[in-house]
Parts: sequence; structure tokens; C-alpha cells
Amino acid sequence: MMMTDTSISLPHGASLRRDGALERLRLFGLSSPALLLVLVVLVIPVGWLFYVSFIGANGQFSLENYERMIARKSYTRIFITTFQVSFLTTGLCILIGYPLAYFMSQLPSRWASLALITVLVPFWTSLLVRTYAWLVLLQKQGLINQWAISLGVWDEPIKIVHNMTGTLIGMVHIMLPFLILPVYNAMKAIDHDYLKAASNLGASPRRAFWTVFFPLSAPGLLAGSLMVFILCLGFFVTPAVLGGGKVIMVSMKIVSNIELFVNWGAASALGVVLLALTVAILWVASRFINVANLSGGGR
Amino acid sequence: MPAETQGVSNLTTLLAKALPITVRNITKTYGAVHALDDVSVDVKSGEFLTLLGPSGSGKTTLLMVLAGFTRPDGGSLKFGDDEVIRKPPHLRDVGMVFQNYALFPHMTVAGNVGYPLRLRKTPKAEIDTRVEEALETVRLGGYGARHIHQLSGGQKQRVAVARAIVFEPRILLMDEPLSALDKKLRDQMQIELRHLHEKLGMTTVYVTHDQREALTMSDRIAVVNHGRIMQLGTPQQVYDKPANRFVADFIGDSTFLPVAREGSQIAFAGTPLKLSGTVVPSGNVVLMVRPERLRLATADVPQTANLFEATVSNVVYQGDSYLMYAHLPGGIEVSLRGGIRGDAVAELPMPGDTVTLTLDAADTVLIADDDD
Repeated sequence: MMMTDTSISLPHGASLRRDGALERLRLFGLSSPALLLVLVVLVIPVGWLFYVSFIGANGQFSLENYERMIARKSYTRIFITTFQVSFLTTGLCILIGYPLAYFMSQLPSRWASLALITVLVPFWTSLLVRTYAWLVLLQKQGLINQWAISLGVWDEPIKIVHNMTGTLIGMVHIMLPFLILPVYNAMKAIDHDYLKAASNLGASPRRAFWTVFFPLSAPGLLAGSLMVFILCLGFFVTPAVLGGGKVIMVSMKIVSNIELFVNWGAASALGVVLLALTVAILWVASRFINVANLSGGGR
Repeated sequence: MPAETQGVSNLTTLLAKALPITVRNITKTYGAVHALDDVSVDVKSGEFLTLLGPSGSGKTTLLMVLAGFTRPDGGSLKFGDDEVIRKPPHLRDVGMVFQNYALFPHMTVAGNVGYPLRLRKTPKAEIDTRVEEALETVRLGGYGARHIHQLSGGQKQRVAVARAIVFEPRILLMDEPLSALDKKLRDQMQIELRHLHEKLGMTTVYVTHDQREALTMSDRIAVVNHGRIMQLGTPQQVYDKPANRFVADFIGDSTFLPVAREGSQIAFAGTPLKLSGTVVPSGNVVLMVRPERLRLATADVPQTANLFEATVSNVVYQGDSYLMYAHLPGGIEVSLRGGIRGDAVAELPMPGDTVTLTLDAADTVLIADDDD
């Protein structure tokens, strides 16, 4: 084409092109610290993790760490438990969080910020503190058992901690903000006129909710649920403390592989599987929602 | 419904079904502010009535009361013979076009337009034909599968109209539907909406702050300010015979000249005014002068014209016309708008020239000086 011809004949064409090239080089130079950081804290460690996971007990390349996961029943059970806890926690978070976010989104703005703070303050409180607080509340002689007995809800102390129930209570409490925030954001972004329009066109409040409001808030709900689910998959502290050894999740098996058996290969292989699962879930989800919104900030 | 009224003729039979609206003593206060102050108005069956007023005048509040989104403090609202003041919006069966269109972003064009029909449990096949019919009415036939975000502003506007008329409401409300469009498109849509109204014949209440839009489209205009209807009349009535200074000021450009009563006559700067069929309000009056009704005096000035000597202060060439500013002896500045031909530009008066302005007796309008 004439492209080259004209650019050569244009005054200052060559110098302007050189300026452009220099500018790109400078910009690349400015971003190099970030690239270096990504290399050091992400690419190298993950590469190392993959490498170690393929090293067997004899120090040679081997698939034994992965074969063990498939062969041993205990591993299967751990993966099932992990998914069970993650699914149940996500489900409970949706059941509790969605109506709560809806309620908050309908409040006048001053009350809404107050409600938001009540969601955020626990969110900012140490995870460990909240988990142990639940332990105190839920144990046999804990507040909840005492109150329930004195109120006559049940007669003798029941076991609500060091099992699945306790784990779920703690997990749901800790995960709830991760669901509420994106859902609340999505709801706040819904123009009130959509609901007015639905109503004007003949939709009862219930119909308007299910045909207009819910579908428009669904991307936020999906993003929040995904966030909760992925965080649950690799969660450690809460199931470790409140599960009382009865709820073994992948993260706990990683710890025991290192601390008890000093088997870095087995631990790494579990880490790789967990990472691969997370990436796979995100990849599937990315076909439905904008994963960049996952941080909760959204728009 | 007889078989022959199916199809396109469905829409044309609406004329017979249009409903009058009766608004009586509607009041709505927000704290100390009277958004609506004892408003009563009758919208005739099949009429295109525009609520025209500045922002905060209460025109949108009145529309929201009609749609059922705002609960008034008191008053009565009838569609035909039915009292609807306590009816929730989804049972009122009125179509509405929102200012921002409020098209559902998670549905296609056909999904949006078919929405009111699906709510009414219309059979699937009938929904399809009626949606396409409504889209053809707004000249968007074949756009059903498009997504809302793929449409231009003008197309969104048309979809919003199609959705508001597809379920054949007998009353159509529009809340500044053209305000988001650029000027050319707006002018075109004004004509289109007007044609649509003539074709469908539903009683239409239209809210705008754009006086030209109101004058172009309406059968009657209700000029609203401070929650009250300042004047209700045809476009020509509100433009040429404004009931008060607010209406005269809000619609069109006007300058108000102080006049004095001298015996039975009204005089400006000592010269009695020639009037022709002008109603002289009681109390203090002012003379309303519109730029396009003033003329530069030519050789033969008609007997019926009032004459004003003036000094030109500025002449602005605006392509289709020119605008001349001139000072009257009292120091008041009036403006005059005149037509212009390409080769006549050089013949326009220059700043500093003394000119004679004429105002025909028929255009000499006196307004009560309420100065509200």
C-alpha cells in the first residue's frame, strides 16, 4: 500500500516514529518492577510447586503423588468433604446473604451505610478471633447451649461444634460478606425505573421481582457465590478449629502431609490439584460473568 | 373480539376505547413544598395534553400520580368513570414511556415489547404477532432479536414506545421521552409521536420542559408552575394569549414593556397604543413584545401598527434568521427576529443606527403584571 510512501514523505515522519518507539520502551521500563514482582512471587513459586509435586519419595521424577490421590479412599473422602463443605457454605450464604443484601439495598442511604458497616466490621476482624469466638459460643458449656436449655429449646447440651454443623456455622459467618458485598453492589446498580416500568406494564411486585430485579442482580449473586465457593475450597483455619478433626478438608491434608509426614511432594500435588480446580471453576464461570468483577468492587 | 378486528386493525380500534382522565383537587406536599397544589384538570378522550413547566414545577409529580407511583395527599383521579386514586400501578393499565426508557437490559427487544403481553397470559403465537406489529408501528420491524445495548438512542426510544402501546392501553403517559436525543432526532420524533397519536388515538399525557416540543405536538398545553396549572389552552392560546406573566415568559422569548393607563387608553412612553381585540386585564398591565412579531419599518407602515423609535445595539446573524437588539428611548432593550436572504446581509442596520420598529395592533398583547 501507499502507507510507507506517505509516512516517509510526511515532514518529521521518521523522528515522530522514533519518539513513539522510545515512549513505548520507557513505558515498558516503568512496568518492569511489577513484572519482576509477578515473576518472583507468582511464576517461580507456582513453577516450583509443580516441580516438587512430580518428585517421588526417592527423589526421582514420579507420578506417585498423584496416583496416591486416586488410589486411596481417604483422599477421595477428603475431596468429597471439601466440596460438600464448600457447596453447603455457598448455599447457606446465598439463602442468608441475598435477602439481607436486598433488605440493605432498599434502605434509605443513611441506614444502608450503617447496615454496610455491620457487615464490614466482622469482615475486618481477625479470622482467628471470630473462629475461636464461635468455639466459645458453640461448645457444650457455651452460651448457646446454656441459653437454649434455660429457654427450654432443648433439654441437655447438644453437640454443635467439632463437627460439620460447627464448621458450617463458622464458615458461613466468615464467608457472608464475600457474598453480600457483590450482591449489594449489583442491587444498588439496578435503576429503580426498571421496577416502575415492570409495574406500569402490569407486573405485581412479586412478578416484577422475579422477572426484573432478580435477573438483574444475578451476575452479582453469581460472582459472590463463586468467590465464596473458591475461598471455601482452600479454607483452613475455621474447619480446623471448629471441625475438631472430623471435617478434613484438602488444606488440612496439605498441612498434615508437611507437618506429620514431611512429604512435600504429596502436599505440593494437593496444592496443584486445588489450584487446577480453582482455575477450572473460574474458567467455566468466565463464560457467564465478568470475572474481573469478582473482587466485589464491580462497577 | 370479532375476527375481523384482529391484526393491524387492532390498533386502530383503540380510538373508540380511549378514556378521558379527570383530575380533581390533587394535592401533594413534600415537607413544606407544595409539589401539587389543588390541581384539577380534564383530559378529553383521545386528546394529546402536554404538561409544560420548568423543573420542579410539579409536572412530573402529576404524571407519577397518574401512573400510580406517587401517592397524593388527597384528591380524586378518574379514568373514564373509574376512581383509580388508590389503585396500585400494575392494575391501572396505562402505558408509560420513561425519560430514560427503562428498557430491561436482560431482555431482547422482543422480550421487552412482549413483556406486558406475557404478564397478561397472552398465547405465545399472538404475542409474536403483536410484538412484531407494535415494532412495525414504530418502524422497527425485524429488530426483535436485537439486544437493548445494540440500539441507538432513537431506536431505544421507539422500543420504549412500542412496549408502552403493545398491550393497547387506553391512556399513554410520556415523561420527557425525547430529552436524551439530539436536536435533529428530537424534531423528527416529535412529528412521529404526533402521527402515532393520531393513528392510535389513545388519550396521551406528555411531560416536557421544552416549550417548542409542547407547541409542536399538543392538542392542549397545561403550563405548570409551583404545583399549579397556570394556563390550560391550545398551543396558539398559550403562545398568543398568555394568561399571565409566567406563561408569557416561559413560552417563547418576550420582553415586557411598562405601560400606563391614560384615561380609557393604555400608553407606552406617552403614546397611546393601538389595540385590536385585545382584552385588557384589570390592575397593572405590561406590554408583551415577542422578537418575531416586531418588524423593521418599511416605506408603507400599516395604519394599525404601533411604532417605536429605537437605537440598534447589536445584530447577530444566525443563518436562518437574524436577531437584532435595540434600545428604546427608556433604555429598555428589545429584540427583533427577522428573516434574511443571502444577498441582503449587507443591508441590515448597523449598531448605532436609529430604526423604527413596528408592532401590529393584533400582536399587541397586554398581560396582567402579577410578577409572580
